Amino acid sequence: MAGHTPKSIAAFANLKNLCEEHLAGRYRIEVIDLLQNPQLAAGDQIVAIPTLVRKLPAPLRKIVGDLRNTERTLVGLNLRPQVEAGKADA
Amino acid sequence: MAKNAIRAKIYDSKLPKAPTGIHGLDEITQGGLPAGRPTLVCGGAGCGKTLLAMEFLVRGIVEQGEPGVFVAFEETAEELTQNVRSLGFELDDLIRQKKLVVDYVRVERSEIEETGDYDLEGLFIRIGHAIDSIGARRVVLDTMEVLFSGLSNVAILRAELRRLFRWLKDKEVTAVITGERGEGGLTRHGLEEYVSDCVILLDHRVINEISTRRLRVLKYRGTAHGTNEYPFLIDDQGIGVLPITSLGLTNTVSDERIPSGIARLDTMLKGGGYYRGSTILVSGTAGSGKSSMAAHFVQAACRRGERCLYFAFEESPGQIVRNMRSIGIDLGPFVKKDLLRIHAARVDQFGLEMHLAMIHKLVSQVEPDVVVVDPISSLGRCDQTAATASMLTRLIDFLKMRSVTTFLTCLTSGASAELERTHTDISSLVDTWLLLRDLEQSGERNRGMYILKSRGMGHSNQIREFLLTDRGVELSDVYLGDEGVLTGSARQAQEAREKAAALLREQSIDGKRRGLDRKREALEARIVALRKEFEAEEEEMRRILAEERTREEVLRADRERMGVRRKADTTNGRAAQAQRREMAHEKIAARGEGEAGRNDHRRRRVGAAAVRGGAHAKIHRRLRQPQESV
Repeated sequence: MAGHTPKSIAAFANLKNLCEEHLAGRYRIEVIDLLQNPQLAAGDQIVAIPTLVRKLPAPLRKIVGDLRNTERTLVGLNLRPQVEAGKADA
Repeated sequence: MAKNAIRAKIYDSKLPKAPTGIHGLDEITQGGLPAGRPTLVCGGAGCGKTLLAMEFLVRGIVEQGEPGVFVAFEETAEELTQNVRSLGFELDDLIRQKKLVVDYVRVERSEIEETGDYDLEGLFIRIGHAIDSIGARRVVLDTMEVLFSGLSNVAILRAELRRLFRWLKDKEVTAVITGERGEGGLTRHGLEEYVSDCVILLDHRVINEISTRRLRVLKYRGTAHGTNEYPFLIDDQGIGVLPITSLGLTNTVSDERIPSGIARLDTMLKGGGYYRGSTILVSGTAGSGKSSMAAHFVQAACRRGERCLYFAFEESPGQIVRNMRSIGIDLGPFVKKDLLRIHAARVDQFGLEMHLAMIHKLVSQVEPDVVVVDPISSLGRCDQTAATASMLTRLIDFLKMRSVTTFLTCLTSGASAELERTHTDISSLVDTWLLLRDLEQSGERNRGMYILKSRGMGHSNQIREFLLTDRGVELSDVYLGDEGVLTGSARQAQEAREKAAALLREQSIDGKRRGLDRKREALEARIVALRKEFEAEEEEMRRILAEERTREEVLRADRERMGVRRKADTTNGRAAQAQRREMAHEKIAARGEGEAGRNDHRRRRVGAAAVRGGAHAKIHRRLRQPQESV
């Protein structure tokens, strides 16, 4: 995220809820404020804000937006099979 | 005063510009891209957008000292570095010197899931960070539209792009944004909506199977700019745009004459050659010696130490040098000394405008005194005639502006009606027009040359026979007779005939002279013979006289003896005898006088005879004395 914008705050709250619900005790969230560490944006190929990056386990996944749609976020994080798109690798 | 103030104000308020350093582009845009504002460069695939943008950055760093940021959406920094290395740009060095940042922004749709609201602040931060890290003044975004394929929320993207361009303006960086040409508009995603200060359009067109790159400044807010389509080149030195237009007839003229390399031709062009900076056209049919004349001119120029640029569209440099050696013109040393640069290119290699661009570029580089284009007619092959004429007009104008003496050759078709018009209808543009034509006669083909026109100088109106010898071109008089113009062996035959006739005349005079000599000899021989005859006659006469005298003596002696015998009176007898003798002498003298009146010659002789006659008288007296003493 870049500063404490409403979108960033909303995204963090949504993520926290989701993790507590589905991954209680098995997750670690690192918050990077690009305003303070702008050089990190290039490393993780961040364009949009806010962006959630799932680094581990591989493969790397990115979810942009305020994560208001829990279903899509879970699909994006490969935590739930994406039935509609036929994704079966969860 | 007021006027000056206004002018000063206009000057001050002039849009600040960032020179691109790209050959020609700054001339079209009258100084460069708008400084501190974004410029959109759009065009189809492979038309040179990325290259133009990169050259803008690199030249900004090298020539203007303005650091730059290249935000690449399509290629990685390594790929970019490799791609532009062939153009002489070493990105690694610039990056190490902290003058350039290449940031590769990867937006991969398969990796990204979108949920809910977001913005592109991440991109802003990245660009902002790159700009701040080196204090960049120039930014390139190549190609933004990749964002549209990576992210699906077009509404957000559009809003963010608008914000991005505003933001770039606020940061006062000069930005170049490239965009793919779209079907409906200039770019596929309507980037031109946001970038409204300057739009440059690149084009890569194929006409008659020959591709030409063109550049056009579509829009440039707040400044005048060239609006035409300009061809541009991409070569080992990057992009070169060629703003070649008819610049008008304001070139300075020179009174200096430069020799054509053919002495006789210089005489024909009264005053000794072409004007410096003029345009010379030699037209003629195939094999009539156009290139040879060009070679003569080049040789003469190189000998003066002038630089020559030879554009050959039909032969390779080696071939030209070899062929010209066969007529005794060795261009090799001049090529070695770099006085002569031969640039050979096939006409079909690229489009007409590209040829012009190439000539333009080389001329700017080499700065020659003499340019040869051999032949211009082949240029007409790769495009429509109207386009060729326009291209050549611009070429001639361009060279004239630079006071370059231009030597053009033009191949014309054989028909005589066609001879006096060139393929490309540029005859009105040239200053001196020499025409080489075939003179076909008595089963052979010879070359004739005449000056069709030569502006600003008197010139011969004579047709000269044009001979290619192993000592180069020679011009000789043609024979003008009852049967018209005679050339080649017909001329030689005529000359031989004339020579024979002259010989014959000489011989007859000789003969007459000899006849006269013989006559004189004969006459003198006759004179000698006559003299001999006369002498013989004279001898005869003397003999007769002598005989007569002897007889008389004898007679007298006999008489005296008879007198003695008869005892005659001696005294009387003697007196009568003396009287008789005197009378006989007088008679002989009178006869001599009569004969002398006829002829001087004889008179002299007779005179002598008379003298001798006197002698006779003496003898006579001597003969007489002993008798008296008796």
